[in-house]
Amino acid sequence: MLELRNICFSRDNKKILDNINLKIDNEKFIVITGPNGGGKSTLAKIIMGIEMPDSGEIIFNGKDITNLDISQRAKLGIGFAFQQPVKFKGLTVYDLICLSKGRKVKFSEACKYLSSVGLCPNEYMRREVNSSLSGGELKRIEIATVVARESELTIFDEPEAGIDLWSFNNLIEIFENMHSRVSGSIIIISHQERILNIADELILISNGRIKAKGNKSRVLPLLLNTTKKCKFLKEKKDD
Amino acid sequence: MIKLGNVEKFMLKKVSDIENIPHGAFNIRENGKGISRNTTENIDIVTKKDKPGIDIYVKANTKGETIHIPVIITESGVNDVVYNDFYIGENAEVLIVAGCGIHNSGCEVSQHDGIHSFYLEKGSKVRYVERHYGEGDGTGKRILNPETIINLKEGASLEMETVQIEGVDSTIRKTSGKLEKNSNLIISEKIMTHGTQFARTEFEVELNGEDASTKVTSRSVAKESSKQEFVSKVIGNTKCFGHVECDAIIMDNANVAAVPEILANDIDARLIHEAAIGKIAGEQVTKLMTFGLTEKEAEKEIINGFLK
Repeated sequence: MLELRNICFSRDNKKILDNINLKIDNEKFIVITGPNGGGKSTLAKIIMGIEMPDSGEIIFNGKDITNLDISQRAKLGIGFAFQQPVKFKGLTVYDLICLSKGRKVKFSEACKYLSSVGLCPNEYMRREVNSSLSGGELKRIEIATVVARESELTIFDEPEAGIDLWSFNNLIEIFENMHSRVSGSIIIISHQERILNIADELILISNGRIKAKGNKSRVLPLLLNTTKKCKFLKEKKDD
Repeated sequence: MIKLGNVEKFMLKKVSDIENIPHGAFNIRENGKGISRNTTENIDIVTKKDKPGIDIYVKANTKGETIHIPVIITESGVNDVVYNDFYIGENAEVLIVAGCGIHNSGCEVSQHDGIHSFYLEKGSKVRYVERHYGEGDGTGKRILNPETIINLKEGASLEMETVQIEGVDSTIRKTSGKLEKNSNLIISEKIMTHGTQFARTEFEVELNGEDASTKVTSRSVAKESSKQEFVSKVIGNTKCFGHVECDAIIMDNANVAAVPEILANDIDARLIHEAAIGKIAGEQVTKLMTFGLTEKEAEKEIINGFLK
């Protein structure tokens, strides 16, 4: 489905991504993890076209999409959930769901997407996606709009960022459901153990390079050994 | 009963959401003259004797009635000044839809200056909707200078929604309010300018009675080489609350100025002013592009939502 070939990306004389080569198969649930600043989010943005690589190629379903913009990639079937959800003055949750679907959707259909992220449709559908919403609410709405697109490949950039652990525990179910139902592939950038647990495959990125790729039993021990920055996982190991 | 032509119907639809003669009380003015009017048992409309315009009287305790007073100008070279005064009886609750549409196909200036004064008695409630629209392929300018003067007695409230989205070359919009005890004034303004259009908005609200409150929200989009000015002044003379919010999106070579003033003359006056001018946030465009919209489509949706 997706292949990254020799992807390099530098900024301010710092190598953010250093010759990344990666293949993602159809209908896989992939979690990319690793220490902060390792290049995970940049990689996600490069797949979506939000950032363009300095060199390398991106192949999606056999087509070279390296030079395509965000919109063109979205039309080919790539979706993206932002780490920091974007706010809009004036646009409502319903508006965003319609824009995501590319058409005016029935209210009942839109409700389905909001319910799937644990939000009461009657309470939220007409609300503006602005600062009056909490971080957790914005995050759920962000996920709902991306789920609504039903993209062939959906990327979630740190869905746990900016929300409390209690709220995130409820969100885990969304990803578990997506894993069991969605026909496309999912890439999640995450540090959360419960997310790592439901992955078909883990990819460990550190210092702009892929350090390991494989199932949990193979990658998790490497992660625990190689990173001291991931406090949660270190504590887990000490347990 | 008069019959309206297609242009008149279109203009009426644009400024007051009606395509034909409305139900309830109304007064339709075309090219400087009243052309049709209806009154009801509770709402009387009387032509002024000393100057152009009408007086509208709403009886106390009138509930749920609507008053339409659209103005349309379909001839080039018309300069129409009109004074409309609204007297709203105690505890009445009505919807007033006003607005002016100019269709100028000629080369002369067409101008409408509507001066509307509201006198709301105790406990009355008015929702006032005002739309301004201009069109026509002539070179003549389309100019609208509305002035709204609001007087609210104890416990009265007025919610004003004013929209000018297209086709007005120049506008100076003045709104002033004097609020007594427990009264409430909410103003929502939406403006979009393009080309070389000019729009200036002036708000001045005096909060004179205890627990009087006002919320003024202005959202505007300035495109191409258009210019906008937003000037607001809220004066708190007692325990009161005032909030003014001015949000503008600037594009191309446009120019936007916001001049806020809040003046507290009492220790218990709580006054807030927020003003923001900026281009469309890049992250908003990026987000909508991840939905498959092009950059232009994304900008259009963001503006439509902002001015909705």
